[in-house]
Amino acid sequence: MYPENLRYTKEHEWIRVEGDRGTIGVTDYAQQQLGDVVFLELPEAGRTLKAGENFGTVESVKAVSELFCPVAGDVVETNAALVKAPESINSDPYGQGWMMVVTLKDPAEAAGLMDAKAYAALVEAEGK
Amino acid sequence: MDAGALRKTPLNGVHRELGAKMVPFGGWDMPVEYSGLISEHMAVRTSAGLFDVSHMGEFEVTGPGALVFLQRVTSNNVAKLADGHAQYSALPMPNGAPVDDVIVSRKAADRYLLVVNAGNIDKDYSWLRAQGLNECELRNRSDEFGLVALQGPRSSEILQPLTPFDLAGLGYYRHAEATVAGCATTVSRTGYTGEDGFEILVASKETEALWRALLQAGGDKGLVPAGLGARDTLRLEARMCLYGNDLDETTSLVEAGLGWIVSLDEAKGDFVGRDVLERQKANGTPRKLVGFEMVGRGIARHGYPAYVKGHEAGAVTSGTYAPFLQKNIGLSYLPAEHSVVGTEFDVDIRGRRVAAKVVPTPFYKRAK
Repeated sequence: MYPENLRYTKEHEWIRVEGDRGTIGVTDYAQQQLGDVVFLELPEAGRTLKAGENFGTVESVKAVSELFCPVAGDVVETNAALVKAPESINSDPYGQGWMMVVTLKDPAEAAGLMDAKAYAALVEAEGK
Repeated sequence: MDAGALRKTPLNGVHRELGAKMVPFGGWDMPVEYSGLISEHMAVRTSAGLFDVSHMGEFEVTGPGALVFLQRVTSNNVAKLADGHAQYSALPMPNGAPVDDVIVSRKAADRYLLVVNAGNIDKDYSWLRAQGLNECELRNRSDEFGLVALQGPRSSEILQPLTPFDLAGLGYYRHAEATVAGCATTVSRTGYTGEDGFEILVASKETEALWRALLQAGGDKGLVPAGLGARDTLRLEARMCLYGNDLDETTSLVEAGLGWIVSLDEAKGDFVGRDVLERQKANGTPRKLVGFEMVGRGIARHGYPAYVKGHEAGAVTSGTYAPFLQKNIGLSYLPAEHSVVGTEFDVDIRGRRVAAKVVPTPFYKRAK
């Protein structure tokens, strides 16, 4: 139900690690909870983020939600197309809904995050 | 909040069956959206939406003293109503601010119905009782009724086949007893979306049958169930006030832009708050509720501070992304001298000042 190749946070971000780069977005569960997304704010490329640091805001018609970086790293790229069309977060949260790419301070750090199975259990517990 | 502590409308099970996302609202367990807020909003603008508004309260005022009582406790002129007519009104306090905003309907010369906000039912009932009932009775009948709102340009086309009553003869803010899908109802041509539509009052136990019949009748005409989320964005595009956001016990009716429901007609006579409201209508108020559009990137939300020329000067009372207009809009109280259309100001969005400007309202007006 949640992609096996990603790691997850309890704030419902995902990260896909490829070498020393991590691509980050929010999960399908997060987009369902938000409802129709209409606004996205992302950091400037070049910014250094700590693990758990706020990196932006996503807003649906009804709700405002802060975004938290799963691991430490430097922002190298953000998804400018997504800022213009944030509804892709609803329609394709793991694909076109990617938000930014960071170069990882410690490529091993993401291994400490939840895998798909642990995240699915967290979501199930939240839904109760 | 514990869902068990929340009140449920007669349609609670139906909402769950339809897969609605449920939220607490004014003490009630209500559907905020079904298929998605934006698609529901657009359905109401282009075809039709069906809302459960059974959480709204209904009070009946009966007896020979009903008119005199209502003239004293409401702001609009009840004497203007004939049988089958309704009006938007409010229950002002001595300071000119509303206890609630309401719809007053005349059923007969000695029988009126008040539709009040869900979260204010107990407060309104106590307030009205305390005003002194003379030769009339006040009954809270809220638990006896369900209320569904069918809203959108195709509403009439959807409802007509279900009733022998000729809807073409029912004007805006008019109501009539009518059998709909075999249920005894009161159909009113009213709503809270800026579209044509009907609000249908029905016995609690028949609400589900009525709801199902309407949804089925409208299925091939684009009718969808719509939640409180779309209701809020629709009403804001039409610049209708929401009690608890834009109106409360500190906002005078005149500063909220509701001077048009404050009657100073001779036939109206004295009423609670009249002195203050009459003076405000003549002299203006220090602040006004204005409509605005965001110029910079960001969505203003309820409670965000407004800054004029760098100084805090008011606060946003409602703000949203407007799905039909595809803009970020809102309402804010601003000093009267900075309330004219075109005035630029800033909204503090979580610590960041973002440019906004006063625009004409309603933001959205349907083509007649």
